[in-house]
Amino acid sequence: MKPASFIRVMVVASALWATTYAHAQDKPVAFIGATIIPIDGEPITNATLLVHNGKIQAVGDHVAVPAGAEQIDARGRFIMPGLVDTHSHLGGGWGGDSSGPIQPACRIYDSINVLDAGLQKAQAGGLTTLNVMPGSGHLLSGQTIYIKLNDGRTIDDLAIRTEDGRIAGGMKMANGTNSQREAPFPGTRAKSAALVRQRFIDALAYREKLMKAESDDDKDPPDRDLALEALCEVLDGKRVVHFHTHRADDILTAIRLSQEFGFKVVLHHVSEAWKVPDEIRKAGVACSVIVIDSPGGKLEAKDLLMTTGAVLEKAGVPVAFHTDDPITDSRLFLRSAALAVRAGMSREKALAALTIEGAKMLELDQRIGTLTPGKDADFIVLDGDPLSVYTHVRRTYVEGKLVFDRDNPQDDLYAVGGYGAGEGHIPYGCCLNHGEHSR
Amino acid sequence: MTKRITISHFVRTSIAALTISAAVANAADAIAVRGETIYTMAGEPIRDGIIIIRDGKIDRVGKAADVRIAGDIRMLRAKVVTPGLIDAHATIGLTGYLNQTQDQDILERSEAIQPELRAFDAYNPRERLVEWARSFGVTTVHTGHAPGEVISGQTMIVKLAGTTVEADAMRNEAMIACTLGDWATHGDRKTPGTRSKAVAILRSELIKAQAYAQKVKDAKEASDKKSDSEAPKDGEAEKDRTPKAPDRDLRLEALARVINREIPLLVTAHRANDIAVALRLAKEFDIDIVLDGAAEAHMLIDEIRAAGVLVILHPTMVRSHRGACENASFETAAKLVHAGIPVAMQSGYEDYVPKTRIVLFETAIAAANGLSFQEALATCTIDAAKILRISDRVGSIEAGKDADIALYDGDPFEYTSHCVGVLINGQVVSEVAQ
Repeated sequence: MKPASFIRVMVVASALWATTYAHAQDKPVAFIGATIIPIDGEPITNATLLVHNGKIQAVGDHVAVPAGAEQIDARGRFIMPGLVDTHSHLGGGWGGDSSGPIQPACRIYDSINVLDAGLQKAQAGGLTTLNVMPGSGHLLSGQTIYIKLNDGRTIDDLAIRTEDGRIAGGMKMANGTNSQREAPFPGTRAKSAALVRQRFIDALAYREKLMKAESDDDKDPPDRDLALEALCEVLDGKRVVHFHTHRADDILTAIRLSQEFGFKVVLHHVSEAWKVPDEIRKAGVACSVIVIDSPGGKLEAKDLLMTTGAVLEKAGVPVAFHTDDPITDSRLFLRSAALAVRAGMSREKALAALTIEGAKMLELDQRIGTLTPGKDADFIVLDGDPLSVYTHVRRTYVEGKLVFDRDNPQDDLYAVGGYGAGEGHIPYGCCLNHGEHSR
Repeated sequence: MTKRITISHFVRTSIAALTISAAVANAADAIAVRGETIYTMAGEPIRDGIIIIRDGKIDRVGKAADVRIAGDIRMLRAKVVTPGLIDAHATIGLTGYLNQTQDQDILERSEAIQPELRAFDAYNPRERLVEWARSFGVTTVHTGHAPGEVISGQTMIVKLAGTTVEADAMRNEAMIACTLGDWATHGDRKTPGTRSKAVAILRSELIKAQAYAQKVKDAKEASDKKSDSEAPKDGEAEKDRTPKAPDRDLRLEALARVINREIPLLVTAHRANDIAVALRLAKEFDIDIVLDGAAEAHMLIDEIRAAGVLVILHPTMVRSHRGACENASFETAAKLVHAGIPVAMQSGYEDYVPKTRIVLFETAIAAANGLSFQEALATCTIDAAKILRISDRVGSIEAGKDADIALYDGDPFEYTSHCVGVLINGQVVSEVAQ
């Protein structure tokens, strides 16, 4: 592979990167005759996708295939962008521990096993970009990471970098019953909000000191505090808050906190968003929706409906989906969009919710999410309509590199399961209160 | 009470009475379902078919052109009509959607072996999950205690009409639920802490039940003999030799029914070695077992087929990221069915989110992974009915059977199709497009 977006990193991280990972795609590849769903426009039949050097070069029904290009017969296939999962727990990582409810210093970056078979299974589901979240069970369980499923051997291979070279990621927060338990965790919603507000006020003061020290040589900067540094990144808009929130009033509380402190927020799960769609739209906030087979399982999801996507679409709220893997199976992520369509969402918005809308929520929409020339060549090849139960992902490409091929027996094992498919899959305990009746 | 509401999108149709003697269905108490395709599961699908329902039973089924209808009869129409779906193993009704202590009756943790616990005494017909499952076309559920103890209780079979357990139950005691392997051993209680120990206490209990069953049998035979013959002349001496029935013991009474092969032992076992234990127990005690879960059944196909054991397979989408189901495969249903092993599908047991799966959805994934459409449909209709021993009443659309019907606006397995109507015993119980 030849990830142009990583060139900056190669410069910084030098030869180690190049020797362990670089894989040049020196020849253009054309996928010919497919139905292409570019997301940035209408589906195109009998179309060609041209990729080169890890980037999309051209999409359309009149693409000139350069001489020397590898040609792949894609007749009967559907091609669409790789799926973007805005909320995953794959890799067996944990953020904060049970010592306290707010742990912004914890980075999921330090905790993911990229050899986890779960990542292979996610490729089989057509996922190419994940927001891997720490948690759950905290008000703030730590820093999330945005990764590409590129078959890398270390987390640094997978990590997406921001323009200024940082590891890209957001901040995981939660409210409602998710983070309520024995002290030092909060016991009520009011306490939850108070703890969060106090911590952000601490961060504001810390940032003030930093700024003063920067403008005034006589002032010393405060001692480094990893937690407050991370919260300052949130305050500065460098980290989007990914906010687990279900109940309608909890959703509004999350919005209220984001407005008070001016941080960017994406609302996650949003079981009861269908009760307050206009309030969400007015706040200009996007929602990452989970689609679940039945309501309940915990109090805050008791009114969960499959219609949430449709209601939010109608209200004009941006919608993405997520797997919350292991809550839903990454191999069946297309199903989330299909069930949302069953419940009234438009086909176009549902497919966008698997791709570009998720990319926007991770602020990666300049690089991924549509089959637009110049974007990363992250795409999937399907053997049928993406919203049909009978359709399978045949191939997954990340930055032009084939990372999943259903015709390969080992990849097929990850796709359908069977003996050995679980090998290397890292157990992930869902919540801090695992084993009790979940609240 | 069951909802009996007229629905706008169901067309109420009057068809002029024609007087063709044998083929006439009278309007009184009747309802008709017309389908562009009716999958009866008792023969080939019927194109443009009709089902006449009377007194809660299927009266006639055939091509619409061959059946004449007399008078004003309510007519439901749908693109695809199937038998009401059967969920061959669930915990619906014992588990509640809130997942709070007060609505969780799925597992009694005080002892490892408690076959005296009846699902019948715990089932809540008004649980929201009952209504939820029904809205996707599920009409019958084999429900009970969750896997997790060596013997967790007696299962039951119930229609999802949502009235009372007495009115809705088809079988008050269907099977005895048993768990082997990872899920039957616990770190939080001393015993059983190992597979060997779990099987040892199970065998001990079955041996006790054998003895109990024998005593009951001996006493009954003696009593029958006695009542057949003259009253004994030397009363006292005769009394001493008569085998006495044992004191009633609910636990052994329940297990004795398994020993007597009145009901099967439902053995939840996922790993191949645990499945092998189940097959061994069936042979040792000469009992009927139904394999439940069976994530690694694809590794023991020959053995399962040779043992003549029926399988209620794990939900196709069961979480496989760790533990006993880590080797589960989407293709197991197809592999078993194609090997000639009877298979039924289930929603299974969930302790978090989602609180229940939907057997329609689980079967759909099996249909997308090797089963043909009709093979898949059989696993949640007629084959499930046979495995649960209720095929005399449900599982197919045939004259004389209960009028449990599901209506869909397209291929029922397609994600984007809807269930548009559900009938149980001829009553419309769901009408939302779900």
